[in-house]
Amino acid sequence: MQAKHVMLLAAGMLAASSALAGEYEVAQENKDFTVKTLEIKVGDVVSFPNHDEFHHNVFSISDAKTFDLGSYNKGETRKVTFDKPGTVQVECAIHPSMQMTIEVKE
Amino acid sequence: MRTLKLMKTTVIASLLCALTPVAGMASGVRTEYQDWLLPEQPAVPADNKMTAERIGLGRALFFETRLSKDGNMSCASCHNPSRGWSDGLPTGHGHRGQVLGRATPTIVNAAFNKIQMWDGRKRDLEDQAMGPMEAQAEMHSDFDAVFSFLNSNARYREMFEKAYPGEGISKNTLAKAIASFERTVVSRDTPFDRWVRGDDKAMTASQLRGMQIFMDEKKGNCAACHSAPNFTDDGFHNIGLASYGNSEPDLGRYKIKPIRILKGAFKTPSLRGVEFTAPYFHDGSAATLMDVVEHYARGGDVKTDLSPNIKTLDLSMQEKRDLVAFMRALSEPGLEKAGLPNVPVLSMDVSED
Repeated sequence: MQAKHVMLLAAGMLAASSALAGEYEVAQENKDFTVKTLEIKVGDVVSFPNHDEFHHNVFSISDAKTFDLGSYNKGETRKVTFDKPGTVQVECAIHPSMQMTIEVKE
Repeated sequence: MRTLKLMKTTVIASLLCALTPVAGMASGVRTEYQDWLLPEQPAVPADNKMTAERIGLGRALFFETRLSKDGNMSCASCHNPSRGWSDGLPTGHGHRGQVLGRATPTIVNAAFNKIQMWDGRKRDLEDQAMGPMEAQAEMHSDFDAVFSFLNSNARYREMFEKAYPGEGISKNTLAKAIASFERTVVSRDTPFDRWVRGDDKAMTASQLRGMQIFMDEKKGNCAACHSAPNFTDDGFHNIGLASYGNSEPDLGRYKIKPIRILKGAFKTPSLRGVEFTAPYFHDGSAATLMDVVEHYARGGDVKTDLSPNIKTLDLSMQEKRDLVAFMRALSEPGLEKAGLPNVPVLSMDVSED
């Protein structure tokens, strides 16, 4: 858990100190997202690794970003680039109690 | 090869140790399984704390046939206490005998569901309670007549006022009362629960073996979806039922959330009380628990849009029997009593104005 925070912090620092797109991680673990709210900038990338023993299916139908990452198992990850500002509600289609929010800033 | 055999022997020996306590000794709560014990109380909305008055009103309303259009159906017509709070039918029967499209879910432990209905279209029990009354195919209630009746009945007026002072008789208070009652129909003292709490003799040897198969990712893998504590992940899965091969199959959750994985997906039901709620699956196509196990063992029938969690299982007939035995250990008799005591349902109207 600590390593994850370090990784997230490192990713955040990278985003803050560079003009390049930032990279963030929101894992699926214990049938929940490890991050419940996240603020990023337009162009940043978020990866969604699955740490659970069963499949998840991350998606959003928000105006600021619509995506369906499909179903994938433990150890796999998929990424999304957020290209518009706005609020993005992210859910797992299989487990609807898994929800988190990404604020994409200009 | 020899090392492997030794390891296997050691694993089996460890398992037997875990499952065979010293005779007569209670081992205390088994910490590795304590996540399976339900919380003391279900979550309740801030504006609907459970009180004796609310539960009593909800109990009366749950059995009140005069809430339906023809005055002959109540919630309990389909959620029958004598049928495991379901109806024993493959799919429900509604207004004037209409055959409905899906099986009647039990209300046992519905209080602990994070989302309601086979397709999850209702978020909680309050949200769900008016659904059958509003549905033309189900109770087909005439709400003008319902509120006229309830307001004309002195006993009901008194019960509503005591339960929800100043809130009146409305769909809102009706739903809150029914939800309060439903939250009392709880199963938390099954043989499995007693075993987890330390009663070494609560489950048979077959049930204990079945539990291991149920939990083992490489055997039954049932707990992937029927997870702790209420034997459901509150998730949605297409489990490959034969009916999904029909020309116009029930798309289930997909109609609510049009995400590809949800085509033909339905909510994982809790298994507490499952012994008494046959037939099984949302289409009622499995007559027995063994039929359910056989379905999963062959990896489902229709592979289109099948959940990736569903795979062929390598189970012997004894292992299948053990799984069935374990599922029976998730049921407790006597839950029907939650519905009836101390409520003069049929004489509710003797005190009318």
